[in-house]
Amino acid sequence: MSLSFTHEFSHSGFKGKVEIPTGLFINNEWASPKSDGARTIDIVNPATGQLITSIPEGLPADVELALDAAHNAFNNTWGPNCSGSERGKYLIKIAELIERDIDKLASIESLDSGKAFMRAKMGDVTTAASVFRYYGGWADKIHGKVIEQSIDKLAYTRHEPIGVCGQIIPWNFPLVMFSFKVAPALATGCTVVIKPSELTPLSAMYMTKLLKEAGLPAGVVNVVVGYGPTVGNALTTNPRVDKVAFTGSTAVGRMIMEAASKSNLKSVTLELGGKSANIVFDDANFNEAVKYAAHAIFFNHGQNCCAGSRLFVQRGIYDEFARKLTEVARRVKVGDPFDPSTYQGPQISQTQYDRIMNYIESGKQAGAKVLTGGERHGKTGYFIEPTIFGDVTSDMKIVRDEIFGPVVVMTSFDTEEEVIAAANDTKYGLASGVFTSDLARAHRVAARIKAGTVWVNCYNDFHVQIPFGGFKESGIGRELGEYALENYMQVKAVQINLGKSCPLPVEL
Amino acid sequence: MSTHAELQVPSLGKVTVPVGIFINNEWSPSSFKETFATINPATGEKQLDFAHGSAADVDRAVKAARKAFKTTWGNNIAATERAAALNKLADLMERDSDKLAALESINSGKGVRIARDADVADSVACLRYYAGLADKFFGQTIPHFGKEKFVYTLHQPIGVCGQIIPWNYPLLMWAWKVAPALAAGCCVVMKPSELTPLTALVLCDLAKEAGIPAGVINTVPGLGATTGDAISRHMDIDKVAFTGSVVTGRRISIAAAESNLKKVTLELGGKSPMLVFDSADVEEAAAWTAMGIWFNSGQDCCASSRVYVQEGIYDKFLAALKKKAETVAIGQPHDEATSFGPLISAGQRDKVLGYIETGKKEGARVVTGGQKWPKSGGGFWIEPTILADTTLDMKVVQEEIFGPVIVAAKFKTEEEALELANTTSYGLAAAVFTNDARQATRITAALDAGTVWQNQYALLHAGVPFGGFKQSGIGRELGTYGLEAYTQVKAVHQNLTQTVEWPI
Repeated sequence: MSLSFTHEFSHSGFKGKVEIPTGLFINNEWASPKSDGARTIDIVNPATGQLITSIPEGLPADVELALDAAHNAFNNTWGPNCSGSERGKYLIKIAELIERDIDKLASIESLDSGKAFMRAKMGDVTTAASVFRYYGGWADKIHGKVIEQSIDKLAYTRHEPIGVCGQIIPWNFPLVMFSFKVAPALATGCTVVIKPSELTPLSAMYMTKLLKEAGLPAGVVNVVVGYGPTVGNALTTNPRVDKVAFTGSTAVGRMIMEAASKSNLKSVTLELGGKSANIVFDDANFNEAVKYAAHAIFFNHGQNCCAGSRLFVQRGIYDEFARKLTEVARRVKVGDPFDPSTYQGPQISQTQYDRIMNYIESGKQAGAKVLTGGERHGKTGYFIEPTIFGDVTSDMKIVRDEIFGPVVVMTSFDTEEEVIAAANDTKYGLASGVFTSDLARAHRVAARIKAGTVWVNCYNDFHVQIPFGGFKESGIGRELGEYALENYMQVKAVQINLGKSCPLPVEL
Repeated sequence: MSTHAELQVPSLGKVTVPVGIFINNEWSPSSFKETFATINPATGEKQLDFAHGSAADVDRAVKAARKAFKTTWGNNIAATERAAALNKLADLMERDSDKLAALESINSGKGVRIARDADVADSVACLRYYAGLADKFFGQTIPHFGKEKFVYTLHQPIGVCGQIIPWNYPLLMWAWKVAPALAAGCCVVMKPSELTPLTALVLCDLAKEAGIPAGVINTVPGLGATTGDAISRHMDIDKVAFTGSVVTGRRISIAAAESNLKKVTLELGGKSPMLVFDSADVEEAAAWTAMGIWFNSGQDCCASSRVYVQEGIYDKFLAALKKKAETVAIGQPHDEATSFGPLISAGQRDKVLGYIETGKKEGARVVTGGQKWPKSGGGFWIEPTILADTTLDMKVVQEEIFGPVIVAAKFKTEEEALELANTTSYGLAAAVFTNDARQATRITAALDAGTVWQNQYALLHAGVPFGGFKQSGIGRELGTYGLEAYTQVKAVHQNLTQTVEWPI
C-alpha cells in the first residue's frame, strides 16, 4: 500500500498541499509493516465523521526492528557518543523547522484532532517548537555533582542517559505530547521508540520528515503507529526497553506499570487522568474567575487531563456565578475547526462521544441539574454542547469519574477548610485552581491542595520551564522544566580511591 | 569625523567599517571630536582612526542602557525572548563568519584561519550556550516556615554593566562578556581595547539586525585612562567586568570602590605552570606545551609560560619542545597556513625582547628563538623562545611576559614541583602531565589555579568555568557560574500569619 498521504488544505489560515509519510519510521526510513498480517488503521475526521486516510498498522515485529535501530544509535551515534552541544544543535534545528512549517503542522493537527486551527497554530504547534528549543538549551548543561574531594577520595556523579525509551502518547495534544516526550529524552542522550495515538498520528508522521531534514542520526527517534494492546504492550513488556513514559488514562497507566515491573522492572513515568478542583472564593475578581472557569473546562473541548472539571464556588457569589458562567458557556463558539471564530471543536471519536454522553445521562439520572448544554451539538461529527451541572453531590459518578469532555460539575462551599477537604476528596491529584484576591489565602490553600499544579488566579497556563505532573493516581514523575530531565537520566556515582588501603584484616 | 571608514582587507577587498560610538542603536562621533589610531601589527602601518569616547559619551551610553534596562530588557521581557535574540545574533555571526574572521585577523594579527575556526566559532558557541541558559537560572523556594511565611529568592539582573575587554581575543572576549550579561537581563556599556576595537563595533550592527533593542548594547571605544576610567567611576554603573593586566585591574577595583562600590569581576594575568612527570609521554607533553605557550603567539592570560620537567626527562623534553618551536606555522595573518602571527604592537614586542635580554643576563639559557623573526618587515613578530635552566627568583620566571617565551627548569620530587608551581602571585591555570592517575588527582587538588588541565592544555569550552585564584582575578566566566556574575540575589519574605508584639 502507499506509504504517503497528500492532503490539499484550503482554509483562511493556509492554502496548499501537504505530504505526510505514513510508513513506520525506523532508522530514518519509512517502511511497510514487517508482518504479512498487518492491517490498516482508519484515520477519521472528528468534525465530520468522514475518513481522512488509512495508514499501515505497526505490530510487535516492527517494534523489534525499531528497538534494533534505537539500540544501534544509542551505542554508536547518540548517547555517550554525541556531545551535549551537538544534541542541543539538533533540537534547536528541529524547533526551527517546526516554526518554518507552522501552518502545515497546525492544519494537519486541526484536521486530525478537531481542534480549532488558530488554537493549534498559536497554542499547540508554537508550544511544541518552544519545547524543542528549551531542551536544546539543556543538552549541554546536564551536570552531575562533585561531592567529596579529600586526600583519600574524589567522588562525583555522572547523570547518564537511561538508554532506549519507549514512549506512548495520547490523542488530545498529539504534537505537544510528542515534543514533551521526545525533546527531553534526546537532550539527555536517550534514543526513542514512540507510539503516537492511533487516533491522531498524522502530525507525528509529518515530524518524521522534519527529524530527517534536521539531520538527526538514524535510529535516534523511531515512530511506530499501532494499537495499545499490540505496539503499546510490546514497548512496555520488551526487556530491551530501558524506560517507558506514558501519558493517557489511569486505567492504562496501571497496566503499563504492571507490565513494566513484570518484565525488566524498567523505570516508568506516567501522566494520567485528573478531576481537578477549581475553587473560587467570594473575594475573587468575579469576571476573570468566570472566564477562567469556562476556559478551565472547555479548553480543548474538555479533553484535557488537568481540566478544571469540579468547580467549587463560595456560597456568597454562587448564584450569580452560576448565572454568569451559564451565559459564558452559551457564548462559547462550537463549530468547524477551520473557522477562525471557533473555540470548541468536536470530541475525538464516536467512542469518546458515547462515553461522555453516557456520563451526562448518568448525571441527569442521579438528579444533578443541567444548567446548560447536555446535548449533542449539530448533526455531523462528534460535537457536544458546553455542559454545566449544578446541585451535584460528591458520590455522583459525574463528580468522581474523569469525563474527558466539555462537562463541569459545580457546587457551593462555605469555608476554606470545607473546600480543601472536598477538593482533596479524589484519587486524582493533577491540578487545581484557586481564585482569590487574598494573597495569604492563595499561598495557604496552595500549600494544602494535593495536586501537582496549583493555578492561582489563572488556569491551563503552560510554560515549558515549569514542571507539570500528578500527585496520587494522576501520575508518577514530572514533565517540563529541568525536572523532566530526571525521567531520562540515571545517576552513577564514581568513587575514586586516592590513598586508602583495604580494611580486610589480612596481612599480605 | 565620520562614524564609518573604508578598510582594504585581503580576501574581502574594500570594506566599510564603523569607527564611531554606538549608543541606542545609533552611530555618533566622540563628543570630544577626538580620535585614536590603530596599527596593523603585520606591517607597523597605521590602519584606522576610531572615535575616542569621552566621559560625556560614557554618560550618554549609561543613560541609554539604564532606560533599556527599565523598559525593553531586564525582566520586562521573558527570558526566552532574550535567548531568542542571542541565538539570532549567533546566526548572524555565523552568516558573516568570513568577514568577521578577516577583520579580526587584520586588526589583531591572528592567522585568518585561526580567527575563523577558533575565535569566531568559539564566540558563536558562547552566545548559543548562554542563549540556552537564559531561562534556566532558578531561585530557590525555602519552604521551612510552615504557615508563618513563604520565602523564596529571585535571581535578578544586576542592571547596567560596564565591560572593558583586551586586545588578545577581541571577538571572543566580547562574546564572553556580552552573552552572559544579556542572558541575565543586564544592559551593557562596552569599551573594547584601543588596540583592537574593530570587531566589537562591527558586532553592534549585527546586534541591531538581530533585534536587540536600542540601549541594550552600547559601545564606546577609547583609552583606558579616559574612557575606561569613566566607566569604572560612573555612579550609575552597577557592575564592571574587566579582562586585562593586574595593574589595570587594581586601578579599576580602586575606582569602583571610590565611586559607588560597584561590583567588580576581574580576569587578570597569569604565569601558569606546566608540570611534566617522568611517566608522561614526552612527545605529547611537548605538543600540548607548544600549544599552550605559542597559541596566539603567547598572548594569552593562561599561557603555559612556565614548564617544570622531572629531571629524568628534562633534556629529552626540551629537545622535543625545541623541535615544535622550529616547526611553528609562523607567517602573515592573511595566509591560511599561519597560526603564529605578530605580537599586537611595537611596545609589546619591545617589552618581550626586554624580558629575553633580562633572562639572559640572569643566567637563563636560550634553547631556541630569543629574537625578532627575520621576515618581520615592519611587523612585530618574535620567534618562539625557550629559556632553560631558570630559577624562581628570576624576573622572567616571576613576571608575566605575555609573549612567546617559555621558561623551563627541572625538578626531582612531586613536593618540589608543587612548591615551584605555587610560588607565584598568580593562579590562573596549571597543568600536570603524568600517567599516574592518583598523582594527577593529588597534584590537581594541590595546585593553586582556577583551571587545571590533566594531560592537555589550552582547551576551553563555553560550558566550563574559567577564572583565577590569587591575583589572577575575582569571579568566574563561562559555564553556569558565568551567569552568577550578572545576577544578584533578592530574598523575598512573604508574611502569611506572623504578627509583631508591641512593645517588644
